[in-house]
Amino acid sequence: MTAQRVFSPSARRRTLAALAVTAVGTIALAGCTTANPGSSSGTGTTGQQTVTIYGPDTGTEATELNASWAAWGKANNITIKYTGDGNFTSNIATKIQGSDLPNIGMFPQPGLLSAAISTGKVTTVSAATEASVKKNFSTDWQGYVTSGGKMYGTPLDANVKGYIWYTPADFKKWGVDVPKTYADLVSDLGKIQSTTGAAPFCAGFNSGTASGWPGADFLAEVVLSSAGPSTYDSWVKGKTKFTDASIDKAFTLLGQILQNPKYVNAGFGNVASINSTAFADVAAKVADGSCAMTNQATFLEANFSTTKTKGGAIPKVGPTGDVWAFALPSVKAGSNAVVGGGDFAAAFDSKAATQKVMTYLSSAAWANSLITVQNGSFISANKGVDASNEKDPLLQSAIKTLQDPNTTFRFGADDAMPTVVENAFWKGIVDWTNGMPQAQAEAEIQAAWANAS
Amino acid sequence: MIATDIDPRSARRVERATRRAESAAFNDSKKRLSSKGATIAAIVIAVFWTIPTFGLLVTSFRQPADINTSGWWTFFAHPDLTIQNYTNTLNFTDTITVGQSFVNSLVIVIPATLIPIAVALLAAYAFAWVDFRGKNLLFIAVFSLQVVPLQVALVPLLSLFSNGITIGGWAVFPGLNLNGLDGSFGRIWLAHTMFALPLAIFLLHNFISALPVDIMEAARIDGASHGQIFFRIVLPLARPAIASFAILQFLWVWNDLLVATIFTSGGNFPITKLLTDLSGTYGTTWYLLSAGTFLAIIAPLIVFFSLQRFFVRGLLAGATKG
Repeated sequence: MTAQRVFSPSARRRTLAALAVTAVGTIALAGCTTANPGSSSGTGTTGQQTVTIYGPDTGTEATELNASWAAWGKANNITIKYTGDGNFTSNIATKIQGSDLPNIGMFPQPGLLSAAISTGKVTTVSAATEASVKKNFSTDWQGYVTSGGKMYGTPLDANVKGYIWYTPADFKKWGVDVPKTYADLVSDLGKIQSTTGAAPFCAGFNSGTASGWPGADFLAEVVLSSAGPSTYDSWVKGKTKFTDASIDKAFTLLGQILQNPKYVNAGFGNVASINSTAFADVAAKVADGSCAMTNQATFLEANFSTTKTKGGAIPKVGPTGDVWAFALPSVKAGSNAVVGGGDFAAAFDSKAATQKVMTYLSSAAWANSLITVQNGSFISANKGVDASNEKDPLLQSAIKTLQDPNTTFRFGADDAMPTVVENAFWKGIVDWTNGMPQAQAEAEIQAAWANAS
Repeated sequence: MIATDIDPRSARRVERATRRAESAAFNDSKKRLSSKGATIAAIVIAVFWTIPTFGLLVTSFRQPADINTSGWWTFFAHPDLTIQNYTNTLNFTDTITVGQSFVNSLVIVIPATLIPIAVALLAAYAFAWVDFRGKNLLFIAVFSLQVVPLQVALVPLLSLFSNGITIGGWAVFPGLNLNGLDGSFGRIWLAHTMFALPLAIFLLHNFISALPVDIMEAARIDGASHGQIFFRIVLPLARPAIASFAILQFLWVWNDLLVATIFTSGGNFPITKLLTDLSGTYGTTWYLLSAGTFLAIIAPLIVFFSLQRFFVRGLLAGATKG
């Protein structure tokens, strides 16, 4: 009896423990075998096929993308599964090396796309997609998806950088007009500064590991408008050095605003505070009037919806609203070169469904569907886009700029350069803002080219 | 009969002795440490350490426009509460909703905690109490694996899962055939298990090897096999060590983002992935982050508070008795 009493709890415990270990083991094995080949692409049983897309856009942008192709997918029995990843640019390299690939990748930088192409895992586009890309996109854009004479992908959306955000009512009050040249812009800043006694321009370079990119974009815009497209192209390719006189001149021009303690950093502090300010935080200061001007791409518009004007209301964005933007005036009057960005789709296999999606993404039908998404923030450089479909006045003007045959479009220099140079570029801009002498910052960035390729 | 009689009783006796020794040590150090100055210092430190978290909590209940334009301390001058951030966060959809990702996190975390503990317990017992050739060498090998950063293993592991291994034309492991962004949870469970094992084996081995030799010998003399010793003596005695490692592993996996983004996709993302996406591509809705953070720490808090009495005891036990 004694033995029995002592035995039973321990026996129960033993059974439990054994059960636990077995259960865990079973779960582990089940984990290995839950591979479901039926769900992978191109093998649908009822004609329903799945195509996976992996890209950098998350949150509201991801929702917009999903909405843009939902109707087409339904009509064509193709389920498009989009996975967004904020760390796309670093994780795609791991996924390519580990052969864990989606059907289609969405590359935010042409440099990244060409690096992917050089691994040999990206497939060339079908004849139908190639014809569609050639029909819908300008040669500038075709160049980004072409390598060694072969086409590997299609441009998707686009954005235009280099807008100066301002408050129209304040401009009227100070008697300042929208400047026509870069020199006018600098003199306007001086005029505002002497009127208000406070710094008129604000900027924010802080963006985590990518800190410095807003400054790099600003510099690229100045280089393109002061030195011209051919110098810009050779600069992006590394043939024109950062220490070259043409780039040095752009640094000096940019320094007239960003290094002038009288002009920056409105609403935040001194010149060095540019580095500690998050890039999107400038919107709040422009909205409440403490910052007269800031330079940022079209996407800043969305940030104004959570800011307040001096009166406490949510600012209206528009030519007659509380906040509006004009294109960064060029150094030489009459030049119409814009710096922008965009995403590119490239396929990793040649399955029929994947190629069908690629053809659709290159079509004017998708581009029109993308810009008409409710409250959408995307625009496209697709020539088939009907600008009147875009309800937002700012985005509509950006589309018109992209479609204008006289516009010279160039990709943001940092995004088009090799990744090591891009990172050095960003860091160099941060160091320069922190007070490193201009020549030293230029030499520091230039040194990174030695590690590229 | 006698064997089964002795184990639980002696096990209990050891447990009681351990507890008594611990409480004696605790009282001793309590006497030495509790002075007025120490208490005040502890309170001051605790308050200072809590201020940022408190600020985050206040922020999560403020209006988005207020968050964007002023600091959280201005809340006390102009209180304007809202739970809009929480509802917006819960309604946030990025392939999946925040709620679904919370469930995904649990589905990832629970097996990723249990599997390494089950494997490591067996390994730790073998390293501590089973004699076999090359035991020390093997243990050093496992131990030294701790210094391998998991980042360097990502690409080979991913390649192993998708391509398998082929040596001389013979497929040793065919791969999991999970190509594309359509993977199941299997890969992330295995990945987390692999990355956790070296530390798990080391910690549990230190604890298990410190159990008194006498009970093991008594059990052997009474005819207990390794299996019986493991289940009836080692498992019950190692509970504090298991609990403390379980907390560590749970928190590590729950907070993990890197391994999750590499080994899961679309519908399987954990809550950390949704948190990084909350602010949007251009950081437009970053004011949701404070609310998201508080939703995400619910599970770790529950685990920590329910297991915390094991935590300190188990960690000390594992660390000091090497």
